Amino acid sequence: MTFVAKPRARHPLLPLNELNLTRRDYEGAVSTLCAGCGHDSVSAAIVQACAELSLPPHRFAKLSGIGCSSKTPSYFLDKSHGFNSVHGRMPSVATGANLANRALYCIGVSGDGDSASIGLGQFAHIVRRRINMLYIVDNNGTYGLTKGQFSATNDRGSTSKRGVPNLYEPIDLASMALQIGASFVGRSFSGDKRQLAPLIKAGLMHPGMAFLDVISPCVAFNNHNGSTKSFQYVREHSGKLMEADYIPQSAEINADYEPGSAEDLLMPDGSTLRLRKVDANYDVHDRIGALAHVQRCQDEGEVLTGLLYVDPDAADCHDILETVETPLNALTEEDLCPGSRELARLNDSFR
Amino acid sequence: MKPTNIFDPNYFHKVVDCQWACPAHTPVPEYIRLIAQGRYTEAYMLNWDSNVFPGILGRTCDRPCEPACRRVRTEEKPVAICRLKRVAADHKGDISAYLPRVPSRKNGKRIALLGAGPASLAVARDLLPLGYEVHLFEKDPAGGGMMRSQIPAFRLPADVLEEEVDLILNMGVECHFNQEITSMKEMLAMDFDAYFVGTGAPRGRDLNLPGRQEVDQHISIGIDWLSSVAFGHTNSIAGDVIVMGGGNTAMDCCRTSKRLGANSVTVVVRSAFEVMKASDWEKEDAMSEGIPIVNNRPPKEFVHENGKLKGVIFGCVKPVKGEDGRLRYEPSGEPDVFLKADRILMAIGQENHCPWIERDVGIQFDKWDCPILDETTLQSTHPKVFFGGDSAFGPENIIWASAHAHQAAISIHLFCQGQDLKADRPPEGVNLLSTKMGIHEWSYDSEHDPAVRYLVPHADKKQALGNIKIEVELGFDRRLGAKEAQRCLNCDVQTVFTDRLCIECDACVDICPMDCISFTDNGEEDELRQRLTAPALTTEQDLYVSGPLATGRVMVKDEDVCLHCGLCAERCPTNAWDMQRSVVHLPQLGSYAG
Repeated sequence: MTFVAKPRARHPLLPLNELNLTRRDYEGAVSTLCAGCGHDSVSAAIVQACAELSLPPHRFAKLSGIGCSSKTPSYFLDKSHGFNSVHGRMPSVATGANLANRALYCIGVSGDGDSASIGLGQFAHIVRRRINMLYIVDNNGTYGLTKGQFSATNDRGSTSKRGVPNLYEPIDLASMALQIGASFVGRSFSGDKRQLAPLIKAGLMHPGMAFLDVISPCVAFNNHNGSTKSFQYVREHSGKLMEADYIPQSAEINADYEPGSAEDLLMPDGSTLRLRKVDANYDVHDRIGALAHVQRCQDEGEVLTGLLYVDPDAADCHDILETVETPLNALTEEDLCPGSRELARLNDSFR
Repeated sequence: MKPTNIFDPNYFHKVVDCQWACPAHTPVPEYIRLIAQGRYTEAYMLNWDSNVFPGILGRTCDRPCEPACRRVRTEEKPVAICRLKRVAADHKGDISAYLPRVPSRKNGKRIALLGAGPASLAVARDLLPLGYEVHLFEKDPAGGGMMRSQIPAFRLPADVLEEEVDLILNMGVECHFNQEITSMKEMLAMDFDAYFVGTGAPRGRDLNLPGRQEVDQHISIGIDWLSSVAFGHTNSIAGDVIVMGGGNTAMDCCRTSKRLGANSVTVVVRSAFEVMKASDWEKEDAMSEGIPIVNNRPPKEFVHENGKLKGVIFGCVKPVKGEDGRLRYEPSGEPDVFLKADRILMAIGQENHCPWIERDVGIQFDKWDCPILDETTLQSTHPKVFFGGDSAFGPENIIWASAHAHQAAISIHLFCQGQDLKADRPPEGVNLLSTKMGIHEWSYDSEHDPAVRYLVPHADKKQALGNIKIEVELGFDRRLGAKEAQRCLNCDVQTVFTDRLCIECDACVDICPMDCISFTDNGEEDELRQRLTAPALTTEQDLYVSGPLATGRVMVKDEDVCLHCGLCAERCPTNAWDMQRSVVHLPQLGSYAG
């Protein structure tokens, strides 16, 4: 960690977004994580994404549990709402927040311990309920805060810093998310912001449960030669499905790509996510196919990155529950308590 | 682009913009740190070593360092470098223990210095510790040259001047004052081993307009008039005074007139306000003393009656920006204006003038009457004769005189020792020393201070205008000096990158407040500058490029707006970034600092 505050001075040519804010206005406190932590790059990518989308910082709800990953909401969007909850219980709080105020952009940041161990049940249920949020897991395969034990996402055979191999099968959160109802599933790498930032933008704009599994190396405990979640391993074994470009509504969209090699996804705000595919045969709308491909790559030791699956038209929790358009916290007393005559009418309807 | 060679002494020197811009290359951030630590004596000596006249320059320097200061590019006003130099001079302790020893046994070589201005004095200081016998010839009764004769006491008090001049004279200079040199031939006949000409640019320009001859007794050349004030020959001026010219001499003339009893003082300038040669702060000081500056008024005629000056007729022009960006002047269409005047001070420039150098002694001159010199060695076409200061390349300033003097002294030494003036010149060098003291501790104050520039307190205006000897600027006290010192960005503490240690985790890119750092594919400089984290459009500032990294990319750092806050190094998990103090070694004779 560092003791020195980041100077407020900024580059004189730093661009202003549509709200007349610079990227610096989306930052938070200086990180207290270890120097070089992948999580800080994920925070920086979130800052970049929110600034480039010109989203107002005070319209965000940042939610997290416990762990290194769950500290990071302090390090971005310091002018937004936030709730740092109990270990593994971020999904419950996020569900409540989203139900109470559907107008907020929800970002949940969790870790492999928080979501794949203590909070695995919570993770499964928020995904199947399709809460409209961006759920990011900073996945480093280790319990960094408690000095480097294997986490549930650590690959079998991957070694600890002292060379001891992991004996158990890993939980793949992206596969789980695909299986139980997420309508947007991606995987990326903290060391590749060019891919990560557009995926965060698209995840934020996606109407429904957007899940991103971000491999984020732990420089202190899991960045050695035997690790499958080190900077070097991920770079050498990265099976990139695609490069993603996020094209805002205001920009001109050109079609300078070979047919079949790219796909444009129209986002609800009118912007476009362009996927420049490495494998032209991969279909991001085929959930079963995605599941099979992810599993196959996992078996081959390849880290598949990119947007794995998307269903832009899937219903979210509010659609399923048929709630009103007005955020529930904005409903007045008359809306919520329509009076005894209305109650009588309702009771009569059951007779 | 090729990987940057940081062991080239010029590379990091250029990053220290103030030091690079200073003709004498004074290590500015180093002495500002010493001031911040209250080590005024050491700060003074570091200056004295490099620029010879810290107390004088701390009041009068043209400050080429300040417009170069990085703070101008990152936010607003530069660090008050010049006034901090004065803080060191004002608060220093006993310096005698730090001074170089002058050997009592001489080395047998005799050097003549012509003129007792800053250039000659600085040459004397450099040569004396090596055992040279130094003779100084000067037409005035005291040393200091233009520092004494042209800079008024309200800007440079006599005791400050004398302290630093006498320090050198007392090192054992053989002084020959009141001795005007009239013939170079005679000088050469005295058979010194080498000669240094530091006679300045002593001739003030005149303006030959209708009526000039008739009103001769009412017109004075600015620098001559200032000189007669400095030596006490003139102590009053009466009536309405017009000062013609827009340089620092004009500012000194008008402010001196105001103090010597002029009824009114007006500065009239031929050109526009923005392009006046005077330093901004000199213009501000004159105006704050209630002296009007009238621009875009070229003089046409001196009006007189019965041999008495009545005033001056000026034309009216307006500046027009040409296609090349330079100002041109066109008649504005307004009628000519008449300004009443009883006295005129002419301050429209000065030039080299060496009528006493016979043109057949082997010293050649160019068509502007400047001596033909080797720019590095300052040797003239006569091997024994060297030039420096204003007499070398025309009017400059004191800090240039110091810079020339160091080079001339090296040349004279090499010449006297029978060595080659170029091949045997000592080389430049650079040392890099890590400032890391602990996990997050550096031996410099890395934290960025966003404070705006502190103002220097001034003397009460009424008192100051009543007495020419009262210094207008009071200088920073210790407290203000320490605060202003905190504004320095420590640009000499460099961000040094070791490519083989980098794991490309992006931590430095994420933390850098100024978006200076990028990891990207290599390319040609012009194209690379466009696609960095923030475009690097200030092409005068270098890009620091690493060798190829594991992914094949390179690290590119734009040196332009770096705050030297050290956060890249604090957030680096592998020490690929380190903050290292660069010390540039520039050759200099008799150097106290090595």
